[in-house]
Parts: sequence; C-alpha cells; structure tokens
Amino acid sequence: MSAVLPVPVAPAAVERAEGVWHAAWRRFRSDRVGVVSLGVVLVFFLVISASALGLVAGNWQDEVGVANAPPSFVGPAPAEATGTIEVPKGPNVDLSDIDPLAPRYQEWDERAAKLKTTVGTKRETLPLGGDRFGRDVLSKAVKGTQISVFVGVLAAIVATAIGTLLGAFGGFFGGKVGDFLEWLYNVFESIPGILLIFAFAAVLGRGIGTVVIILGLTGWTGMYRQVRAEFIKHSTREYVRAAEAIGAPPLSRMFRHILPNISHVMLVRLGLLVVGFIKAEVILSYLGLGVPVDAVSWGTMLAEAQAELILGHWWQLATATVFMAVFVTAFSLMADAARDALDPKLRGLE
Amino acid sequence: MAAYILRRVWQMVPTLLGVVLLVFILFNLFGADPSVILAGQNATQAQIAAIRQQLGLDQPLYVQFWIYLKSIVTFDWGRSWATNEAVSHLFATRLPATLTVMVPILVLDTLLALPIAMWVAYHRGTLADRTIMVITTVALSISFLVYVIVGQYVFAFQLGWFPVQGWSDSVWRNLVTYVPLPVMLAVMVGVAPQTRLYRTFFLDELGHDYVRTARAKGMTERTVLFRHVLRNAAIPILTNIGLALPGIFVGSFLIEVFFSIPGIGREVLLAVNRSDYPVIQAVTVYLAVLTMLINLLTDIMYKIVDPRVVLK
Repeated sequence: MSAVLPVPVAPAAVERAEGVWHAAWRRFRSDRVGVVSLGVVLVFFLVISASALGLVAGNWQDEVGVANAPPSFVGPAPAEATGTIEVPKGPNVDLSDIDPLAPRYQEWDERAAKLKTTVGTKRETLPLGGDRFGRDVLSKAVKGTQISVFVGVLAAIVATAIGTLLGAFGGFFGGKVGDFLEWLYNVFESIPGILLIFAFAAVLGRGIGTVVIILGLTGWTGMYRQVRAEFIKHSTREYVRAAEAIGAPPLSRMFRHILPNISHVMLVRLGLLVVGFIKAEVILSYLGLGVPVDAVSWGTMLAEAQAELILGHWWQLATATVFMAVFVTAFSLMADAARDALDPKLRGLE
Repeated sequence: MAAYILRRVWQMVPTLLGVVLLVFILFNLFGADPSVILAGQNATQAQIAAIRQQLGLDQPLYVQFWIYLKSIVTFDWGRSWATNEAVSHLFATRLPATLTVMVPILVLDTLLALPIAMWVAYHRGTLADRTIMVITTVALSISFLVYVIVGQYVFAFQLGWFPVQGWSDSVWRNLVTYVPLPVMLAVMVGVAPQTRLYRTFFLDELGHDYVRTARAKGMTERTVLFRHVLRNAAIPILTNIGLALPGIFVGSFLIEVFFSIPGIGREVLLAVNRSDYPVIQAVTVYLAVLTMLINLLTDIMYKIVDPRVVLK
C-alpha cells in the first residue's frame, strides 16, 4: 500500500506566547474609559510640549488686557465711575520766577523726547479673562500646566529612581544591606510626610528644581517598599537562578533580569506618585514653598485667585481648577486602567 | 504583653536615633549658617563669630551632635530664634487649637466613610456604586485649595453662615463658631479617598468563604455585615486610622494658614519662612516619637480587635 499520508503543513509562523506588554495593551484597548482618558492625557502632553517649545503661551507675562479683564463670553466690565478732581478754571499762575526747577524743564523735555514710548491698546475682554495685571488667563493656564505637570512627573521619576535603587538592593541582598535600608525606610516613615517636606524646604530654599528634589527625596518610601517586596519574591525564582548558574553577576541579575519583570508594578505606582505630587505642588506653592513668583503653576494661579474671588473675578480660579481637574481625573483613570491591564488579578478592586 | 511592649520601645531607639541624625545632617550640613541668619544683615564678622561660639558651631561636628542629642533627651528644646519663646511653651499653647480642629475632622471622616463604603461595597457593580466611584474620582482630582477658597467664599462671605475666620480663647466658642466651616471643608475632601479605601477593604472581606457560610447558615444580612465582615475589616481600617493619627498633631497646614487658626501647623510654616531651625527640628523629632508610639498602639489594638493576632 502506498497511500500518501497527508503531511501536516507546518504553520508559517511559529506562534509566540503573547508578551506581558502586548497582552496588557490588548486588555487596555478594550477598556473604553482607559482609552478615552489616555486620549485626554495625550492632548495635554501635546499642549505641554508646544508650550515647552515656545509655540504657545510664550507670552504669558505680557499684559495684553485691562486689569481683571473678564472672559469674552461675559462681556467687558461696566465702566467704573471714577471720581476725578475738577480742573481749576482760573488763569494759570506763572511760577517760573520762584520755581527752582524751572531752568531744567527744557532740558528734561528734550531728553524725554528722545525716548520712544508706545501706547499699546489693552483689550477689554480676553478669551478666558485676565488676572489683576491684565495677563491672559488662558496662556497662564497653559504655561501653568506645563510647570505643574513637569514638576509632578519629574519628581515622580526621582522618587521612583531612589525607591527602585534602594528597594532593589534591599530586596536582593538582604542581610546587613537590607537591615540598613529598612532602618532608613523606618526613619523616613516615622516623620509625617508634610513635615518632612517642610524640613527639606526650610533648608533647601525655593524654586522649581528644589520642589522636584524635595518631593522626590521625601516620596520614595512607597516605591521602595513595593520594589523590595518584588525583588525578594523574584530573587529566588528559577529564571534568576538560571542566570546565576550561567555566570550573570548580581547587578546584571538585578537590573537586566528582575527589573524588566517588575516594571509594570513600578509603572502603576509611578502613575499614583505623579497625581500625588501634582496635588502637593499646588499646596506647597500656595504656602509659598513651591514654584517662585516669577513662574506660573496651577498652585500660584489658585493662590492669586483667592484675593480675586472676593472682588468677583472668578475666571482665574475656574480655569486653573478645570485644567487641573480634567488632567488629574484623566491621569488617574488612565493609571487605573493601566493597572487593571497590567495586573488583571486586581481588576475592579479599587 | 509587657515584654512585647518593652521590646518594641527598645526597637524604637535606633529609628529615633536615625531621625535625630537625619534632622541634624539636614540642618547642619545643608542649611544656611544659623549664625548668619541670627545676626541679621548688618552684622560684623566679630558678632557672627560670637554667635557661632554661643551656639557651639565652632566645635567639631560630633561634639555638636552630642550637645544636640543631650538637649533632646532632657526635653530642652531651646528657644525660638525669631521670638525667643521657649519651644516647649510654643507646643503647649499651639497644640490645643490644632486638636480642636483636627479631632472632629478625623472622627467625622471615619464615621461618614465607613457606612458609605460598606453600603457601596455591598451594592458592588450597581449604578449607585459606579456613580459614587465616579463622584469620588472627580472630587479627588480637585485641589483641597479650591475647596477651601470656594467654601470660604460661598459659605462665609456670600451666605454668611459662618465667620470668615477667627479664633477665641474659649474652647466651646471655637467649637461652635469657628471650627465648623474648616471641619466641614476638610471632611468634604477627606471622605472621598477614605470611602474608596474602605470599600476595597470590605470588598476583600465580602469575597471570603466565611461570608458565604454565614449566609448559608441563614444569618440575616445585617448580622453578616456588622458582626462578621465589619470585624474582619477592622484591622486594615485600624491601620489606616493609625496612619492618620500623627497628622492630627501637625494639623492641616493649609486649614490653619487659611483660617488663621493659631495651631502647630501655622507655627511650623512661620518657622520655615523665618528659618527658625529650633522649632522645626523640635517639631520633627517630637512628631517622629509620637508616630512610633501610635504605631505601637495600633499594633496592640489589633490584638484587642482580633484575638487571633499573636504579637511577636
């Protein structure tokens, strides 16, 4: 019998197991809330990059409108009754013979004529209103978004770097190193967070860079704890043992083998840190310990808004609040969706 | 139990030493030179040198640390550089105001968040659950600062229900007149995250087998929820309250500054702005001790709430 058995055709491509990031992206895409919030966050980052490159809101410090110009949709403020002193009607008395400055008037007039003065027209209304100097609130909000998000993200990266480094060493090596790092953690944990921030602020001073450093130096403990736990769990796993057997040095095992396997956990925690730090920046700026007065952030805008609100100028408060609320909500929802996608075991718990 | 407490207190020593070391390093190596701050802008070189000697700054660092350590152990906090007020006196006079505001906030936060969280967790996945979750997410995204600014404007300035700000010497008058508005605003902000957190605790417990068993035995839902689930969820809830407790003693900086309440928080902020190091150092060390003691107390509370817990 010479019947030919049908040879099973080998599949054209070898089916690979789906990677964790790939699978997570697939799960993320099916989460409508997550996708929408990701879109909102991306729009914000587009605006931020445009603002950082100077394409928009570069002129936020220009006084383009009248003081406290209302938003365009409200209409210009009614002209205030300004009490002016009546000009005296009698003949002007010539004082030049007793005026000691009289001989110099001509010289001053000549010098004044050499300077060019331009009188800009100030707009009565601005798209989203103006602040007390007549600066455009919309430009301020865009610039403020750039600074606030920049501070939040950079501080979160600093905190993540510190927490990951210490957590990796503490969890991987244990022993004396682990004990020392646990002690350090306990020291930082036993001081209430806001007080620690104040102590650092008292010493390091003010400024955007300082805020980033302060928030990073005081906010690493949560990340440390989590990374340490993950490293303890992973350091005895088979793949790490295998790497050790083929002669991978400890540092390579820590950062080339284990770290990529826990990066999704770190990413989720990073998202939480960003939200926390953005909120902290607002409070710190209000208390005068954050962004300096020559820069603008959501915090400094809200701090100015307090005095404006009493006079009925609500637009700066509303603009800063809406910008911040939309960004923070979208970012939190995105982080939630990312966590659900990366760690499906936790889905729906929080 | 006594042995356990003793051991825990003994374990606090290295941590406390670390806190003292951290504060010492921070202010001595990174801070501006105190003698320059103290002497003012028109000081001569000799005056600065005299102050340096007076403060012991001309001594080597380890001697300075030893002096600092001694002052902490003997509770001799020194005097404020700005007002020359003894730091201990500062604590004694500012703490009552902070407690008057913060205790009601913590109590109301917990009492409101617990039932809401329990109800939401019980009705998980329904429209009400989702609505409350969305509301808390949005509520969380608005800065505390906005709540305070708008709240003061609307309730005190526009409607006139409360005084805009103020403080008196009588505790009762403070509680009735000046405290309600700040407390109400702080609770509005605090309830949202607490509810979310407690909801996860309850959800965690509701999925356990003992809940199904209790239901299968024919227990009423009320018994299941309040006798079984609540007791089991008590440990994470207690931990959370324990974590919030030390914050009471600092007070909410923002609230005290905004409403001009003469508490510890406002004092610390003033000290930060005046570079008044003794006050900041004392508050930091003292609060660290307090935090550790509260952590110990929380651990002992576990034993009372859950007899299965073995304190080791």
